Amino acid sequence: MFGVALTFGVILAIATRTLRVYEDPRIDDVEGMLPGTNCGACGQPGCRAFAEAVVSGSQKPSGCTVSSPDGLALIAEYLGVEAGTQNKRVARLHCAGGTSSVRRLARYDGLPSCRAAFLVNGGGRACSWGCLGLADCERACTFDAIAMNAEALPVVNVEGCTACGDCVEVCPLDLFTIEPLANKVLVQCNSPVTGPEATRACAVACDACGRCALDAPTGALVMKGGLPVIQDAGRCDVTCTLRCPTGAIAEVVGNQFQPRRRLEVAS
Amino acid sequence: MTGVAFMLGGRTFRHGVHPAEHKEATRSRPIERMPFVDEYWLPLAQHIGAPSKASVSPGQKVQRGEVIAEAGGFVSTFLHAPVTGTVKAIELRPHPSGKQLQTIVIATDAFASQKITTLERPAQDADAATKAAFIQRGGLVGMGGAAFPTHVKLQVPKGKTVSFVVLNGCECEPYLTCDHRVMVEQAEQVMRGLDLILELTLAKRGAVGVELNKPDAIEALRQAIGTRPVEVVGLTVKYPQGAEKMLIDALSSREVPSGGLPLDLEIVVQNVGTAAVLAGLFDHGIPLIERAVTVTGPGIRRPANVMVPIGTPVRQVIEHCGGLLPSAGLVVLGGPMMGMAQKSLDVPVTKGTSGILVLDQSTKTVSEEPCIRCGRCLEACPMFLNPSRLAQLARAELHDELAALHVMDCFECASCSFSCPSHIPLVQLIRVGKALVRQKGSSQ
Repeated sequence: MFGVALTFGVILAIATRTLRVYEDPRIDDVEGMLPGTNCGACGQPGCRAFAEAVVSGSQKPSGCTVSSPDGLALIAEYLGVEAGTQNKRVARLHCAGGTSSVRRLARYDGLPSCRAAFLVNGGGRACSWGCLGLADCERACTFDAIAMNAEALPVVNVEGCTACGDCVEVCPLDLFTIEPLANKVLVQCNSPVTGPEATRACAVACDACGRCALDAPTGALVMKGGLPVIQDAGRCDVTCTLRCPTGAIAEVVGNQFQPRRRLEVAS
Repeated sequence: MTGVAFMLGGRTFRHGVHPAEHKEATRSRPIERMPFVDEYWLPLAQHIGAPSKASVSPGQKVQRGEVIAEAGGFVSTFLHAPVTGTVKAIELRPHPSGKQLQTIVIATDAFASQKITTLERPAQDADAATKAAFIQRGGLVGMGGAAFPTHVKLQVPKGKTVSFVVLNGCECEPYLTCDHRVMVEQAEQVMRGLDLILELTLAKRGAVGVELNKPDAIEALRQAIGTRPVEVVGLTVKYPQGAEKMLIDALSSREVPSGGLPLDLEIVVQNVGTAAVLAGLFDHGIPLIERAVTVTGPGIRRPANVMVPIGTPVRQVIEHCGGLLPSAGLVVLGGPMMGMAQKSLDVPVTKGTSGILVLDQSTKTVSEEPCIRCGRCLEACPMFLNPSRLAQLARAELHDELAALHVMDCFECASCSFSCPSHIPLVQLIRVGKALVRQKGSSQ
């Protein structure tokens, strides 16, 4: 018996030396410095894989959207690389149709979930493209960065949002997109209906009047399928939102659904 | 009480439920015609498959029966003007699905004769493909509710054979009686349609399955058989007897494989209403421009079976039936078990609309209680699934487990929700689960 144990012991002792796979010890250290949420926003399947990518140099530390700038600087200093610039991106909702804006045709009594209501005649609202307000995104958010407001609209807290995309995936109406925080102008309507039909369903719907496209720099914003489409976000600013009759296109600084900046009329 | 003896004698499937029938209000009312209304709304998507492509433009005059939209693919079908008039617009309009979809709006010409422009019929000895194309040109879809294009089912793929054709006259949904009336009033056409299906599929035998609560329909069909190799089978009154797979089980004691089609058992199933329209198409060249609809429920003033032109706004059909009672509550298109609750009356009757059911406000909204593990949903499920477990998995969003427990075999008959003493919205949860599996796919 002892002989068998000794034989295998020797084999194992040799094997650990000869078959050893070298792994950079820095991977473990970097992984320890990452937040460990495994959210996937960096494009890697988890924090470990991201640590490997950072150590190998194929990604910059700034690829992690969850870490604070200090945390990223720490990793960069440890590895002796550049932290990279973090282009902060956040989830934005393309609908502003809260309970007081959108007309309700029927009461929905079923399961309190957007995905369930979507299957029952698309919920009870007159607009069939807008937010259902049943908070599937709030529940899906790993970082508690989404909170429903009094209008039953999800407000994404830009501080907490890491652009992981869970809300994008869960919304049955595909109302979320991940946008650079620096983009100042946002189309907050998803309804292709035009004219008075649109505003009859929802007070803040885009009725495709086209004023924003006229006010924006040439080619920066065009009307397509009954909605404005931002082609060049860098060139759009508050000017193209000022004449919007409904507020469907809005200037966003920080969180969405803040009071709107109005056109100042000289007296 | 011959009815009782009948009910005991019928063939059936295992499991299922017995909801109250509520068919008294309309079952003996002959199908009446509805006067033309001012406007018809024809969504381009009224069937399963690719939406049709509009072939008319606003301002154009159209004749009743004329093609206004062409098939958008093989699994798609044609659409015809239900009325002589002018195309007013092609725009987004509310659809019974709750969405707003591209719809051809036709304004009726009040002075037109409303004579139907018939289609040119193929020769008697034309080949199967020509006839299938003709069925597609006639705009035929399954009239039972799912609205699957008929020509796809009747074109037997290479290497497959059909030996048995089943006509579905079960109408197991409570309240609905339009198929019942079609069988009583158009028994000859139904049999003629069955002839055509037998001819197209080269099947040897046929059967019509009818629930035993419609003895007059069974009698009328038996009278119309003549020398055909066809049998009219009375089936036990049980829900969902009219589901394709349950009907096959009752008639042949065979089971359609999971994920498979009746074709795997050399069987083709069609609704009796579809057969009647098929007869009109081949004998007179009349496309699908109208259908029988049961307008019923405790919230409607004058329940009736009405022949409604496709595209008629539901509001007008309800007005034709005396309007809503003050007690009216939920409005459902289809039956109470599988129908779709509507948020607005401004939606059109489509090719798949079998009923307009108006419930009253006494319909209780129940609150959900915890599962007490009584197992009634398991005994109800005709597909032998475990609805309670599937609902839990759907809540937890575990799509792999859902797929492993065959959630996709569920055809949403709602027997589980009906039988649940804790009022758990089982079928709604399972529908969410199915959507989840479709979205994420299964890793198996």
